[in-house]
Amino acid sequence: MSASIPFSAQLINLFAAVILLLAFAMLAQRRLPQLINLFALQGGALCLATLVAAVTTGQVHLYYSAGLTLALKVLLLPWILHRLVRQLKVKGEVEALINIPTTMLVGIVLVMVAFNVALPISELSHTITRGTLGIALAVVMLAFLMMITRQKAITQVVGFLSMENGLFLAATSATYGMPMVVELGIALDVLVGVIILGVFFFQIRDQFDSLDIRHMEKLKDN
Amino acid sequence: MDFFVLMLAIPLASGALLTVVGERDWAPNLNIVASLGTFLAAAGLTMEIVASGPRFAFGEQFFIDSLNVFFVALTAFVGLTTSIFSGPYMRNEAEHGRLSKPRLRLYKSMYQIFMFTMLAALTTNNLGILWVAMEAATLTTVLLVSLYRTPASLEAAWKYFILCGVGIAQALFGTILLYFAAERVLGESGNALLWTHLIDVKGQLEPTIMALSFIFLLVGYGTKVGLAPLHNWLPDAHAEGPTPVSAVLSGLLLNVALYAILRCKVLADGAIAGDFAGRLMIGFGLFTLLVAAFFLSRQKDVKRMFAYSSIEHMGLITFAFGMGGPVANFAGLLHMTMHSLTKSAIFFAVGHATQKTGTQLMENIRGLIRINPLIGWGLMLGTLAILGMPPFGVFASEFMILTHAMKHYPWATPVLLLGLGVAFAAIFGKVQPMVFGETEARRLPHAPAITPVFLHLGLVLMLGLYIPPYLARWFQEAARMLG
Repeated sequence: MSASIPFSAQLINLFAAVILLLAFAMLAQRRLPQLINLFALQGGALCLATLVAAVTTGQVHLYYSAGLTLALKVLLLPWILHRLVRQLKVKGEVEALINIPTTMLVGIVLVMVAFNVALPISELSHTITRGTLGIALAVVMLAFLMMITRQKAITQVVGFLSMENGLFLAATSATYGMPMVVELGIALDVLVGVIILGVFFFQIRDQFDSLDIRHMEKLKDN
Repeated sequence: MDFFVLMLAIPLASGALLTVVGERDWAPNLNIVASLGTFLAAAGLTMEIVASGPRFAFGEQFFIDSLNVFFVALTAFVGLTTSIFSGPYMRNEAEHGRLSKPRLRLYKSMYQIFMFTMLAALTTNNLGILWVAMEAATLTTVLLVSLYRTPASLEAAWKYFILCGVGIAQALFGTILLYFAAERVLGESGNALLWTHLIDVKGQLEPTIMALSFIFLLVGYGTKVGLAPLHNWLPDAHAEGPTPVSAVLSGLLLNVALYAILRCKVLADGAIAGDFAGRLMIGFGLFTLLVAAFFLSRQKDVKRMFAYSSIEHMGLITFAFGMGGPVANFAGLLHMTMHSLTKSAIFFAVGHATQKTGTQLMENIRGLIRINPLIGWGLMLGTLAILGMPPFGVFASEFMILTHAMKHYPWATPVLLLGLGVAFAAIFGKVQPMVFGETEARRLPHAPAITPVFLHLGLVLMLGLYIPPYLARWFQEAARMLG
């Protein structure tokens, strides 16, 4: 089996595996600045995976996609997030609702589910990167888990962005990326979203004196 | 100049202009004039489509046919009336010290950009751009929901962003899978996400991928429609945002999200043997209807209650489209129109009522009929209309949905009747004392805009009694396109 997989595909699988590992690392990371660094690393791995796919297939728009990932996910967004953490003076510790080992176990179950869901689709794909579709879905689910189990607003946003990483990995692995105009649109939405959230964080902190979403559980049906 | 280009350019340009000029005395009027321009362009576009059939714009990137031009006309119309309503409403809010000038500026520019994103989502031919526009619509409204900057409104906006963000991420995954399925047939060109190309090859799309893709799309866009159990953001966002925002969220945004699902359903139906997509929608629709109906009776906040009523109606409409076929689709489209018009009219009336009484708690709102007979009657008639009382148009569409369900899905009828009955008891029991009852009045510095309320209710009444033949043909044409 392994002999029949070309070297480039193995490289992409390797980077996909790194992205998945980083998703687990983010799930376990308690400190906010380190969490943002892990997110930047994940973006870097995604960028490299896209780049390898671009070199192998010679598709021009994959180069743009890789460049976009580098500019946005590795440089700009982590920089904005670090700035926010500094300006908002968020305390370093990230409090998880469920303890970390339990979260990791749930994460492992999610990965198995994701692989099972993606299996019939991966078999239909003819791209060199088809094996990574399951990994991409797993990354999306792990990011989702992170959003559920964390209490700080910024951590939830990092989870949200990590989910976007998983989705881009899915797009690259299943189809060599979406059409350029769509990818640009998505990137613009993500960027505007983070900027709006930056504004929003200051409003939340001014109102609640904290970025802990435990304060935001007042609205209920009763 | 092209009507289509004008329709997209006016809200975008005026959104930018309103940001630049800031809050002036004439800014609300500019907002109305821009909405009027958008509406006229949309009306021109509608006449053009009705006269000469579907057309493309900007290459093949935008596509307007009888289905989406119907939503475009509705969106532009409610957009116009809401801007008229929001003029005096926002002035009163500013007078009460709830909003400062920069926030009024933010409101108006975001309102126009929100209209732009919705119109772009409705007219795009590219399912990827559809996603981008839906996400942009979420982003513009996040800041509108938190406009008052109260703890509750910030919480609502945060919930709205996170839940809809996660939901829309699922929709992106669905879109990626759809592209994956399409690429195998259409090749690696930019055309593989164009709906007009996809519809030609829908029979060749891989059923396994399409099934999974539709599930993700339904869950993703369904979050924005407010389908249970993903509806939690909706009552909060409606209750805590300014009332004009509640009106456009309820009357328009939910429709646009449902439209996205409908476009995808047509593709899924073509690819998957059996009625897979329809059954999913029937299940989600009925569940949503029941959940919302039972939550209705527990509400204390008037805007929250009508938000749950929107969820209930979205469930009913999803159910109707799930049944499929010309009759059910016709009923679904008619009900969407009726719901948009009626619900926004109700929110207009509720907005004035809460300004008069200074509270959103229903137990403190009493005797509207004495404070201002027009607002009182507007709320009462709107409530009767939304509850499906004849002769209003909601009755006609609900009747069609019910009879069609009795014929083809008899098991669903008791569920539908139970949901509608519980909703009736809950809403009517609460609105009745709000309208009739003892109270002390308070004068508003700016006379409320009552015209939009009665304009909408008049249209709903007219469509309940008589649907003009060209409108009926138009609905039939659109229903036929949905298969």
